[in-house]
Amino acid sequence: MPVDRFIEDEKPRVKVDVAVEGKTGELDFTTLKTGGIIKQRQRDKFTVRLKCPGGRVPLSKLPKIAEVAARYGGDYVHISFRQSIEIPYVDYRDFGKVRAELAEVGQEIASCGPRVRVPTACSGCEYNPNGLMDTQAAAQRICARFFGTGKLAHKFKISFSGCPIDCARTNEMDLGFQGAVKPRLNDATCIACGICAHACLEGAVETDPATGKPVYHPEKCLYCGDCVRACPSESWQAEKTGWMVRIGGRHGRHPMHAPVVAEFLPDAQVEGVIEAVLAWYEENGQGAGRKRIGQLLLDPPTWQRFLAHLRPALGECAIENPPQPRRNEIHFRG
Amino acid sequence: MPDEAQAEAPVRCADLTGDVCPMTFVKAKLHLEQVGPGQLLEIIIKDLEAARDLPRSIKDEGHRIEAVRQDGGLYHFFVRKSPT
Repeated sequence: MPVDRFIEDEKPRVKVDVAVEGKTGELDFTTLKTGGIIKQRQRDKFTVRLKCPGGRVPLSKLPKIAEVAARYGGDYVHISFRQSIEIPYVDYRDFGKVRAELAEVGQEIASCGPRVRVPTACSGCEYNPNGLMDTQAAAQRICARFFGTGKLAHKFKISFSGCPIDCARTNEMDLGFQGAVKPRLNDATCIACGICAHACLEGAVETDPATGKPVYHPEKCLYCGDCVRACPSESWQAEKTGWMVRIGGRHGRHPMHAPVVAEFLPDAQVEGVIEAVLAWYEENGQGAGRKRIGQLLLDPPTWQRFLAHLRPALGECAIENPPQPRRNEIHFRG
Repeated sequence: MPDEAQAEAPVRCADLTGDVCPMTFVKAKLHLEQVGPGQLLEIIIKDLEAARDLPRSIKDEGHRIEAVRQDGGLYHFFVRKSPT
């Protein structure tokens, strides 16, 4: 195998002054990476990934992060694709100081490896007009409870999107939660203005030419709530609001698409669903090698067993016969 | 359109048919500032995107849309300014 001349380090491990993954002393690069400290091409240099659930970084932490980055890193920080601040160009001899100084403001280092990762989330319904569910609150809550847990076959990514625009790409997650609202029309108060039919971009609401009132086609509905928000007379109301639950997605070399397995899941049931999925993955991923949950679920009988296991956690929100996760090939034709 | 809105003439009419979002909403807000609490403002728009977004923005600000009239390609919104 040819040697990559751009990777300057030849030694496979370095002596660090902090415990990483419960280990100290001379640590190999894989252990360090699992602990959120990622080897760079440059000799002795590592990128330190911070734990930033939902991509939200309190201003109370930001000055210290900048200070630490300026002192021990390069001349920039990088925002990772999963919303974490990364401090590149940290010398391994400084790990202890970096961690201790970040801890002064409660900033932790994220971990990588075969476990639950830091959840990602969109900006959140508290100020985004499209938001239907509180993604930020969910991300903070789920991070506190599940981050770093699990004896899993591979990594496990969770995200929260507030609405069907799905900025947090829940269909590419091992487990994704996307906000949705089921609309219901109060015909008695409808003033037949036709605004909802214009507001609906999917054609799920059309105006009846005879009455001027809306006709609803649920099969075309994304459950975005645009009709509810646009209705001048408050005749469109939210019948129920909750999470669409997607399972078995991933990105990477061989992306997979996560199908919806439940709709309008109440926020209070999220933890139960995550617990059930993780318990199944821990048990069924054993001995399977480095496989994401979606890869295990490609097998039809396994998919059926998985659904049976999950159904109690989904309750009446479970949808009938959901399609399996499927490969979403992006590199090859056919 | 409900009768009470027809019976009551708006104190002001904002013709925003030449505007598109987000100026439609900005101008609608400026016009709303020109009428008193509880008074009726008529807003006329043409832009379809505005017809979609304006109602929610107006409602979010605490005002009430009492009636909407479609007139060809135009929308007439009759907006009751928030009493507070």
